[in-house]
Amino acid sequence: MTDTWIILGASSTIAKAFTRSVAEQGANVVLAGRRMDDLQATAADAQARGAASTHPVMFDARDPATFQTIIDVATAQGGTINCAVFVGSMPAQDAIDADPAILDGVIADSLTGPARFLQMLAPVLQENGKGSIVGVGSVAGDRGRVGNYVYGAAKAGFATYLSGLRNALGRHGVHVLTVKPGPVDTAMTEGLGPQPFMTTADAVVADIHKALGKKRNTLYTKWIWWPVMTVIKLIPEPIFKKMSI
Amino acid sequence: MTKKSYTGWGRALRANGDLTRPDSTKNMTANAPAIGNRRSYGDAALNDAQNAIDMTRIDRIISFDRDAGLLTVQTGITLGELARVLAPQGWLPSVLPGTGFATVGGAIAMDVHGKNHHHKGSFCEHVTDITLIQGNETRKITPKNAGLWKATCGGLGQTGIITEATLQLTPAKGDLMLVTEQRAVDWDHHIALLDSSDAPYTVGWIDATATGTLLGRGIVEEGETCRGLRPTLRGAKKIPFDAPHWALSAPIVKAFNAAYYRRVPKSGRTVVRPIQDFFFPLDKIHDWNRLYGKRGFHQFQCVVPLDQSGALRAMMETIAGSGLASPLAVLKRMGPGRAGYMSFPMEGYTLAVDFPNRPQARDLIARLEKATVAAGGRLYLAKDALSSGAAVKAMYPDHPKWAAVAAKADPDGLLQTDMTRRLSLRTPT
Repeated sequence: MTDTWIILGASSTIAKAFTRSVAEQGANVVLAGRRMDDLQATAADAQARGAASTHPVMFDARDPATFQTIIDVATAQGGTINCAVFVGSMPAQDAIDADPAILDGVIADSLTGPARFLQMLAPVLQENGKGSIVGVGSVAGDRGRVGNYVYGAAKAGFATYLSGLRNALGRHGVHVLTVKPGPVDTAMTEGLGPQPFMTTADAVVADIHKALGKKRNTLYTKWIWWPVMTVIKLIPEPIFKKMSI
Repeated sequence: MTKKSYTGWGRALRANGDLTRPDSTKNMTANAPAIGNRRSYGDAALNDAQNAIDMTRIDRIISFDRDAGLLTVQTGITLGELARVLAPQGWLPSVLPGTGFATVGGAIAMDVHGKNHHHKGSFCEHVTDITLIQGNETRKITPKNAGLWKATCGGLGQTGIITEATLQLTPAKGDLMLVTEQRAVDWDHHIALLDSSDAPYTVGWIDATATGTLLGRGIVEEGETCRGLRPTLRGAKKIPFDAPHWALSAPIVKAFNAAYYRRVPKSGRTVVRPIQDFFFPLDKIHDWNRLYGKRGFHQFQCVVPLDQSGALRAMMETIAGSGLASPLAVLKRMGPGRAGYMSFPMEGYTLAVDFPNRPQARDLIARLEKATVAAGGRLYLAKDALSSGAAVKAMYPDHPKWAAVAAKADPDGLLQTDMTRRLSLRTPT
């Protein structure tokens, strides 16, 4: 049966690569994001690559009033409904230090917005008894670091939420995959210069499909981040608080 | 904007400069040359000590008319991606060069050719419109814009930033190729096989180390698209480090070539391959240019008129005698098709050979260049890293027309590259 993929945050670099991959498999794609002109261009691209149908829909993580329409559009397509979440924002930590009000937006973009959306979508998938949810967090959520701990906190919260959702939906045949990418060569990291173990959006997407096929629960990409973060998580807090990594 | 040190595919020439890598053409102005995946061997995609715009993120398909086979794309998309996406839908770009990593923008700026040049002509002959950014203005051009069109096709990106293009595709039966391979036992046999081939796609691999009676031996491949069950694609390999300088030394290349030649049985054979393997045989080995070591390499590619095959044979003798050639050498018969003032193709035979970047190889390439001029042929600017302005201008009789249009389109010379400066191409004489 045809897959229907809701792509939340469809204007991000990784989301675009993911959209292409499911379009080439002939899926219906529901492209949810804020920039409609960009979504329409992505839709045309997906259509040319073989998507069964494309639907650009307005989505603002900070405005829950936009959520229900997306779910309605997706259910109207039928087939197996899936959702991939690529939303999130990462302002520099010092910008947040200068203006703490920014924090609310970071939490809304990376945690409360997508979590509330998934909370609304969950009954639909549970009813279908199948489908997958891909939630993109970050290795930054594994430990609060001096460089970007607000972003890290939001991503940590999202990872915990996904873990609970997996627990709740797994027993109904719905699979939830948590993806923790390290630095990815995207528009978001363009100005940061070379990053350790940098990967590309296409490589992340290939890893996601592999992990979905194996029904993995958590995916670190590149894989090296699993041992790296395991070590970082083991560093005792009294030592960690003096480090800046 | 990031300071970056980058090279052409041959890795012999290098630039240090700022690269911007936008993901949209909004707010783009033509204040620096645009570059793609840098598959030109020399310095066509380099701009040392200045800025360049990396177009590889501007890579969307804008529209696809499946009935007419008309595809409009942003020009950072690669031809390999298009082949992969389109072949299962029954279409292919009408012209595919030897690497799928080339972008559509690069293919236009070089007016590239492929294994079907004898039938289909050059890349830009299948482009129906091009969107250019000139200064702050965006304009769409078609072949009706005669002078500007001819200066843009194969025009080294000097008439504006090429942001979008519409391609007339060619029907494909499927995403497989039916390939017939035959041994060509010597030069005359090789030329005869190329002359008599009427397959849609034809190319000759030539053993550039074979001398004496074996001179010019090789394998002629003829292909057509077909449909069937597709073997699983093997994952790409990667050359993880710069090879030592002896990796492609004479005895190794000679042994490799002999084995490669014998791979095809005496009686020839017909096999089925994924299209990628036929069109882009080396793309499976990522970064294969590192096999030539830190110093990089040069590719010599020339075309000579049909009646000058004897001169080309003499060049082949010089190359084979030098012991400098690598396994990568290609012989092909070209048709007359070319779209622009600075397009490479002419009806005749084209020869492409790789050489490691050493002083002896540079001397050899200089000799081959002289022989090309004497034969009334020309060099391919997508490959050149060593020629001089005077020589290139002599090979391209329409150069003054091109230079005049480029001067009008880019009056301040903001789109100049290391190549246009090295060859002083933007000056008419």
